[in-house]
Order: sequence, then C-alpha cells, then structure tokens
Amino acid sequence: MLKYDVVVIGGGPAGLAAAIEAKKNGVDNILVIERDKELGGILQQCIHNGFGLHVFKEELTGPGYAERFITELKSLDIDYKLDTMVLDITEGRVINAINTIDGFMKIEGKAIVLAMGCRERPRGALSIPGTRPAGVFTAGTAQRFINMEGHMVGKKVVILGSGDIGLIMARRLTLEGAEVKAVAELMPYSGGLTRNIVQCLDDFDIPLLLSHTVIDIKGKDRVEGVVIAKVDENRRPIPGTEKLYECDTLLLSVGLIPENELSKSAGIKLDTITNGPMVNESMETNINGIFACGNVVHVHDLVDYVTEESIRAGKNAAKFVKDQLIDNSNVIDTKPGDGIRYIVPHKVRVENLDKTLDMFMRVTDVYKDVKLVIKADGNIIREMKKKHLAPGEMERVKIPVRDIKGKNISNITVSVERGVN
Amino acid sequence: MYDVAIIGAGVIGNSIARELSRYNLDIVIIEKDNDVSNGTTKANSAIVHGGYDAKPGTNMAKFNAKGNPMFDRLCDELDVPFKRIGSLVLAFNDKDMDTLKELYDRGIKNGIPNVEIIDGEKIKEMEPNINEDVIGALYSPTAGIVGSYELAIALAENAVDNGVELMLNNEVKDIQKIHGGYRISATTGNIDSKYVINCAGVYADKINNMVNKESFKIKPRRGQYYILDKSASHIAKHVIFQCPNELGKGVLIAPTVHGNIIVGPDSQDLNDNQRDELQTTSNRLDYVKNTAKRSIKNIPFNKAITNFAGMRAEPSTGDFIIEEAEDAKGFINVAGIKSPGLSSAPAIAEYVVEFIKKIANGLDKKGDFNPYRKMVVFDELSSEEKTEMIKKDPRYGRIICRCENITEGEIVDCIKRNVGATTVDGVKRRVRPGTGRCQGGFCGPRVMEILARELEKEPKDIVKDGKESYILTGETKDS
Repeated sequence: MLKYDVVVIGGGPAGLAAAIEAKKNGVDNILVIERDKELGGILQQCIHNGFGLHVFKEELTGPGYAERFITELKSLDIDYKLDTMVLDITEGRVINAINTIDGFMKIEGKAIVLAMGCRERPRGALSIPGTRPAGVFTAGTAQRFINMEGHMVGKKVVILGSGDIGLIMARRLTLEGAEVKAVAELMPYSGGLTRNIVQCLDDFDIPLLLSHTVIDIKGKDRVEGVVIAKVDENRRPIPGTEKLYECDTLLLSVGLIPENELSKSAGIKLDTITNGPMVNESMETNINGIFACGNVVHVHDLVDYVTEESIRAGKNAAKFVKDQLIDNSNVIDTKPGDGIRYIVPHKVRVENLDKTLDMFMRVTDVYKDVKLVIKADGNIIREMKKKHLAPGEMERVKIPVRDIKGKNISNITVSVERGVN
Repeated sequence: MYDVAIIGAGVIGNSIARELSRYNLDIVIIEKDNDVSNGTTKANSAIVHGGYDAKPGTNMAKFNAKGNPMFDRLCDELDVPFKRIGSLVLAFNDKDMDTLKELYDRGIKNGIPNVEIIDGEKIKEMEPNINEDVIGALYSPTAGIVGSYELAIALAENAVDNGVELMLNNEVKDIQKIHGGYRISATTGNIDSKYVINCAGVYADKINNMVNKESFKIKPRRGQYYILDKSASHIAKHVIFQCPNELGKGVLIAPTVHGNIIVGPDSQDLNDNQRDELQTTSNRLDYVKNTAKRSIKNIPFNKAITNFAGMRAEPSTGDFIIEEAEDAKGFINVAGIKSPGLSSAPAIAEYVVEFIKKIANGLDKKGDFNPYRKMVVFDELSSEEKTEMIKKDPRYGRIICRCENITEGEIVDCIKRNVGATTVDGVKRRVRPGTGRCQGGFCGPRVMEILARELEKEPKDIVKDGKESYILTGETKDS
C-alpha cells in the first residue's frame, strides 16, 4: 500500500491547483494521478486564447495556462503518476489504480481531492434519430483530433448546441478550411459566452439558429446530411419547418456532465442538478476527507474560476490533514430560489470561512434588468443589480463573513427578482 | 472444391460452421460485409427465449426448446457472456390472463421446464419497479440473456481455429450448378463447393433465387431500441415482456449481459428494397418509450445512451425454413430465422450437421477439434489476477475506455485474433470500448490509433464500421 497525505485524482487545471495549494499549506507528501499521457487535462487541446484573464491578468492559450501550473508543480517536487487510471475509491479513502509501470496499486490518502473534470453528452443522450454513420463527433473529440493530432474531421459541418466548445470549434473548423453551415441551438438563447458568439460565429458569418434542433441524421457509411427543424416553446419540432443541410459532419456541443463514477464508488452524495458532489465551504464532500473541485463539481465556464475553487479545495485538504478544519460549527444550507438552478457550495460551516462566503450559481433563463436577492433565513442581506443574466454565464456572489457569522443562520437563499428601481 | 460453403457470417452461419468444423471437411464462410456478425446478429434483443412462445410443432418451437439448454455449455466453452435470468410475460387484465394460459399450455406442449403462472404479489417481489396494474405473469425461469454479437464472433473465431476459412468483403453475385456441386461467383472470384448452406439473413431469398425457383420470400421487419446507462440497471432483473394484444406485440425491458437496460423493439414492415434501412425514427422511438411505460412506469429514458434499429428476416412461410432446396440437391436454405433465431442457433447448427451427415453418407470426425476459445475480461479479474496480467503484458495496465474500463491489452488482443477487429465498431463489438455512457467520445480516437498501429495503416484509413465509413477527412493545414 502506497501512503500519501493528499492524493489528487486528475492532473487538469483543478487537480494541479489543488495539489500546489496543499503543498503551499504545509503538506509535503502529495500525489497527483492523471489518466492521460501528460498533465494539463483538457486545456492541452484548447489552443485558442482567452484563458487566465482573472488569475494572471493576461490572455493565455489553454496549454499556456496549464504550463504555468505544471512548472510550479514540478518546482515544488510534487509526485505525479501519468497514464494511470483509478479504478475505484473506497469509503476508507483507499484508491485502486493501475498503470503499465507499477501495475495494480492500492494507494491510501489521508485526504483525497477529486478533480476528474467532466465529459461531453453524446448523441445517444439526446436520442437523435436517424442512421448511425461515421462523422458524428462531440466537439471535444473533434478538438482533440484537430488540435492535438493534426487530423481533420470534416469538410461541411453542422454544429448542434451553442456551448462554448461548439462555438470555438465553429471558428477552428472554419480556419482549417471547412465550411460550417450552421450552429443549431435548441434553446431560445445560446449556452455559450457572449464573447464567443461574437468572435467565433458573427466574425465568420456563421448562422446561429436559436430554437432549432437536429431531428434526423442521413447517410449510411458517412454523414450525408442532417435535418434541422424549428422547435416550439416546449422544445418540440414544429412540423413543416424541416430543412435538410447537406454535410459530412455533425458536431455535438450539447452539454457537459461531471465525471463522477469514482465519487459514486466512494459513496459520495451527488446533486441531481449539477451531477457533481454536494460540497461544503471547504469543497469537502459528505465523506470526511474527500474533497472535490473544478468541473467534477459543476461545469464552469472559465478555467479561472476552476483555479480559484481548486485553491480552496487544496488549502482545506491540507487543513484536514493537519486537523484544522472545524466540524462543530454553525451549518448553513444554501438554497436556490426563483430563477436559480443551483448553488455551490451546498453547505457552509461558518467557522471555516476566511473573509467571504463565495457562492457560484447559474440562472435558469435569460434575464434583463433584474436583481439577485440574497436572503438569510428569509431576511434580505444583500441585493445586486444585474443588467443581464444568462444560463451560459456562471454568477458569483460574495458575502462578507461578518454578515453571517455569529447569527446562527440556518439557510441562505439566492433568487432572481424583477423590478430594479 | 470446398466441401461446404456457408453464405453469411451471422450467428446462424457461424454456429453451423463451428459445428461442422468438428469433422474433416473443407469449409468456407462467405460474407459480404467487412466483419462477421454485422447484420441481424448485431442488432436484436439478445434474449435466449424460454421457448413457450412458438406454436407447438413448428420449427421455431422445436429448435428454441432444444437450443435454450445448450447455451450454458456453449457460452462456457467460448467465453461468451450469458445469464439465465428468467422472463416474465405480464398480464394487465382478464384477456391477458387468457393469453398467459395459452402461452403456458404451449410451453407445456413444447416441453419447456418450470414455466408457471404467478400472481401480482409474487411479481412485485421479483420486480419491485413493475407497474402496479399488473395482475399476473407467465414466469419462465430458463430464459436468459446473451451477448449476441460476441457469440457470433466467438463462434467464428473457434470455427477458424478449427480450420474453417473465412472470406470477408465477398458478396455473392451468382450461383451456378456445376458437376458435383455449385459455383459461387463472388466479389473476389469463383468459389466451388459440394454443398452450399444459405444463411444470408434478410437476403436469403435472393440467394435462394440465384439457383432455385422462388419458394419463399423474406420481408424486412425493422425494430428499434433504446439502451440505457448502467445506472438504470436497478429497474429490471428479468426479461419483461407484455402480452401480445390488440396494441401489438408490446416491447420488452431487459438487463443486458453487461449491466445496461435494453428497451424495445417495435415492429415495422418495410418494403422489399429497404433491407438495409437501419435508421431510427422519432415516432417509432416514441412508440417504444410509451409502450414500455406500461410495464414499468418510471423508466429513466433520460439515461438513454444510444438507440438503434435491427432488421428481422420475416419469412413468407411464417416459420424457420431449414431444408434442402427442392430443385437443388445439396443446397440447404437456413432462412427466415427471425425470433427466436438466436435462441435456436445451436440446435439449428446441430440439425444442419446431421442433415449434411445424411446426404454425405457420414462424416469423418476430427481428432483434434478444440471446443474452447478464451479471452480475458480485465475488469472482471481479481486484484491479484490484475497484477499478474499487467506483469505479463503491461498493456493491460492502460485503460483506454474509461466508461467500461477496457485496457489496451484487450483491444490489441481482439485485433490480433484470427477473426480480428479491423474497424472501430469491430473493436467495440468484441471488447466494448465505446459502449459506455460517453459512447466513444474519449476512447474513439485512441481505438483508431491502436487499430492503425496494429494493422500498420494510416489513421485516415481506419473506418468506423462499413467499408466507406471513414472517420477523418485528411490532415489539418500545414503552417
């Protein structure tokens, strides 16, 4: 049995930041386990820029952003194992893992940080009917092929879903000489960042078809076309609006799902909305000593936010190892109110907060000129005016600890309310 | 000249080939596709039926009853997943109960062991998620589930191990009677054989008509299915059917051998020229969804990971056609093998071999027939066995498919076997990367890479499934 103070599962941006922070907080014996052949996670295939504006105040590419953390990890002499897969985790914090060099390993961590990221929703999850030819890719798979392996995946492309990866791949494919015929989006608004709509679609005259979806895939061996139809307010296709788009490729950018198979094996409770673990202010799950951060908890739209959250997880994992986390504190439940889909963290032990309580959330719809209202046990403690809220853009609310400490609050709700004066 | 030419490398053709490979015969399997098991065999319910359903006296009844008990040994010898989980036919009203009684009586006549009619209470004990309106069920404990394409692949591998020749990418264009047998003109040239066994699935009538007068027709009948994620596996423990009634045959809900849930099929007759039209359609998928809800109300269809369609070969005679053609001696049709064809396959194979034995005035048994075909499923090994396996071959220490925990070792092995995978879907059908909840999003490119490496091909020459199903369209632009 290998023994470590902190074992981090996942060597992407979340895992790297957590490991580095744990080390900086006085824990020496740390292991990062990465299933791919290199550190950096999905950032390695995100060669576009725009990463790091919050954390580094400059625009980096994905590999550039990852490189800063990889360099720091190495300079701090933190152990890592590449090409290594965790098979399961027991509730007793023992990890079963394999690789080609060490073989089958049992690894014990005093604390474990889950940072496995997320995966893409495939065609089957949408039950898109039609034939099953080659040429249907998730946007991320296509991104890996093009950016890391130098292979082209298609010449005439339709993209379903306007999530950020889909938008970025619309531009990428265009720059590589493919013709992107349209981006179809089921919802009446895009799921991606506004800046990506402008820079990836508008700048290249690629049409965004809101309230549209793919209802049929044609072609026996390779995609020969897809049928797109307009949908009504219940997201059902409207008969008579079908249009055939001839193409050889369909890219899917229809949502990301936190990858929590290991969490389940460890008995960790998941939030049915985020599909990630329920966590407290320290990013600790319901299993003592198992922490989680990054896209495995909830899907972030900026890696900068992942870094911030993972720093918190790493710091608290170190505190846990040193027995410094306070467990018998006033516990506050966070509750999404009207217009809010979810809030992370789910529970807050006030005594463990530093200066502020940081809550991340997503709204359920597009809102203009509204306010976010934060209530503690029903009493308004804060209101924030918002010109524009959209499900594609994560919101963050910071509450000073002095507003909630020592007041024996049992719950905090956040809701979207109309009527800004 | 070959002794026996088998047309079609589905589960029927391969079963017959393996059974015949026990004897000193020159045998060839001729398959139009680029892999075995690529027709009806790859897309069906994968059920080994109890055998109560078919009308007593029919071939379907006879071969199902005989085939079912053969699966334990067969799947054991070939390392194919098989579980005898039992089946339930649900009744919701008195009319359904009458149907159950009929099925029960048929079961008795067909000689099916231990069938019984059970009451609603018992059903709820056995299947806690069942619709509470269920009042009774026919329970058939010997029904099972099997890996249908895995079985066909294993049969082919074992047949080839025992000397059978397999010709892929070889479509039969014409058949002529020649002295002492038949001349089959196929894509790659002429193949002469003393006997011909027609196992061409939905194309069996066309093959028959090349050399015989038309004696039957095959109607393509399409069925559509959903596969649900393993996290939905708790919803059903048995194969759950509905009574055939005025709404149609109903759809089944069943666990698969790999722990998913399968829901389907519907039943749709297609035209003669639509034998390859395997697309799914939204209205039919909706029908499957809505009909299945009658058995279990809260089926989590949001956990669907894929949907697909399969084609059944519906014979104009209403029964399996397993006979020598009237005007072509030594030409044996094994046609119209619709449900319960998979369940009947081992018994059909035995019967066909007996028949050949008869018309050939006896066959010579091979001394060195090897009934075994082994393969490693890494995920099912104990931690000690895993350790040993990786020591022996480090490639078993690298997981390629994250959903199903499939190692590089298993993938390389399935490519290197004697009926090795050459396509991404071929690898998927053999060792399952891409059958999980991400459906190949992560592992697809890596499987392609391994295929290219092991087959010494360029990545762009690796196809998904069919010959023209290219995945890549070229390289990215040079700088």
